[in-house]
Amino acid sequence: MSRLLSEDEYGRRPVGAFKQWVNGIKDPYLNNVEIGEEVQKEESEELLREHQEEIISVLRRVHDVANNSQYTLFRKFYKAAAFICCVTLTALLLITVAYLPPVGNGENPAHNEVAAKYIEDGLQDTGAVNIVTGMILDYRAFDTFGESNVLFIATCTVLILMRNDKMKGKGSAEEEEKRDSFYEPKNDKILQTAATVLVPFIILFGIYVILNGHLSPGGGFSGGAIIGAGLILYLNAFGFEKTERFFTAKTYKWISFSALSFYCLAKSYSFYTGAHHLESGIPLGTPGNILSSGLILPLNICVGLVVACTMYAFFALFRKGGF
Amino acid sequence: MTMEWIRFILGTGLLITGAVTFLLEIFGVFKFRYVLNRMQVAAMGDTLGIGASLVGLMILFGFRFVTFKLALVLIFLWCASPVSSHLISRLEYTVDEELDQFCEVDAAEKERE
Repeated sequence: MSRLLSEDEYGRRPVGAFKQWVNGIKDPYLNNVEIGEEVQKEESEELLREHQEEIISVLRRVHDVANNSQYTLFRKFYKAAAFICCVTLTALLLITVAYLPPVGNGENPAHNEVAAKYIEDGLQDTGAVNIVTGMILDYRAFDTFGESNVLFIATCTVLILMRNDKMKGKGSAEEEEKRDSFYEPKNDKILQTAATVLVPFIILFGIYVILNGHLSPGGGFSGGAIIGAGLILYLNAFGFEKTERFFTAKTYKWISFSALSFYCLAKSYSFYTGAHHLESGIPLGTPGNILSSGLILPLNICVGLVVACTMYAFFALFRKGGF
Repeated sequence: MTMEWIRFILGTGLLITGAVTFLLEIFGVFKFRYVLNRMQVAAMGDTLGIGASLVGLMILFGFRFVTFKLALVLIFLWCASPVSSHLISRLEYTVDEELDQFCEVDAAEKERE
């Protein structure tokens, strides 16, 4: 026996409420969960005009458009060159697409040669038991090098935007940090005890993951992230004075620089000898041993160092504007 | 044979207990209106749910190396989760000026902060 409920009563039932939520009529969390009120921004002709004038004046001041004929010429050339580049690239890509084999065809080279080569010869070529590590740090090591560089460039960008160079006084990094974390619990005994117990094990585990990258799942990226998380926990528990004893901007600079350049040099050497069928002189060792698989272990360590430092640097820069 | 069955029932029972705890936890986190209530639900659910599920898995796996690893994971999570909840509650305690509307506050203690 069913009866038709009135619209009002139906809305109060769970089913009706769910339907209203789906249709976007009512938000069940409105007035139930603490949400900050939306701040309405003023919009007026005055402000808009001011903003436009500011943009134009900045352009004039920076580029001196009226007097610099070279600059106007460059602007025209830039537009034309951008157009030509875009058209050429589009045409090239479209032509390439036209020559690609049909999607899903079993005879496609992507389905046969590459994967089979990696799986069959991976252990013999790279000496790594973990095929994935063998791929990313040997066959496709340039790709991984690019990724490490992307991380480094990202930190550089954050450094440019967030760095606070003022040493003392109002607006200095220390003051800002104090103001930001004014309400935060400082020198919390519970957190400090937990950190004292956990941090050594976290960092030890990160080192284990990095060093075992060629034997078991893991490697530079994941191990580095674990070490970075351990450092951040230590920083949160004990504050900047304690971490700055062993990790400053200088340390970061030198670790990143030496890790990336070692990676670059080692891999360049390996690619040079590999491309010319020369003897590289790097022993592959017995697969399964900790000291095996040639360059993969040192490269993993390099990637891990870069990732760990990047994680920590991000946190410190967003927190304080320097470290 | 009976031992196998007892182990299976114990393990699955603990796993289901853990899953139900997580469900209740999610329900509570969305239902309660005050920060400290929500924090307590999350912390309690985390410790009990993770503990029950991991102990269930340990019983199902039997005495192996994996069991040891699971025990380490359990210890780590039981260290980390309550500490983070403690930090959230302490921040709320220092920041909220109308705390006494929601719970009893020792006035002298609050002054000292």
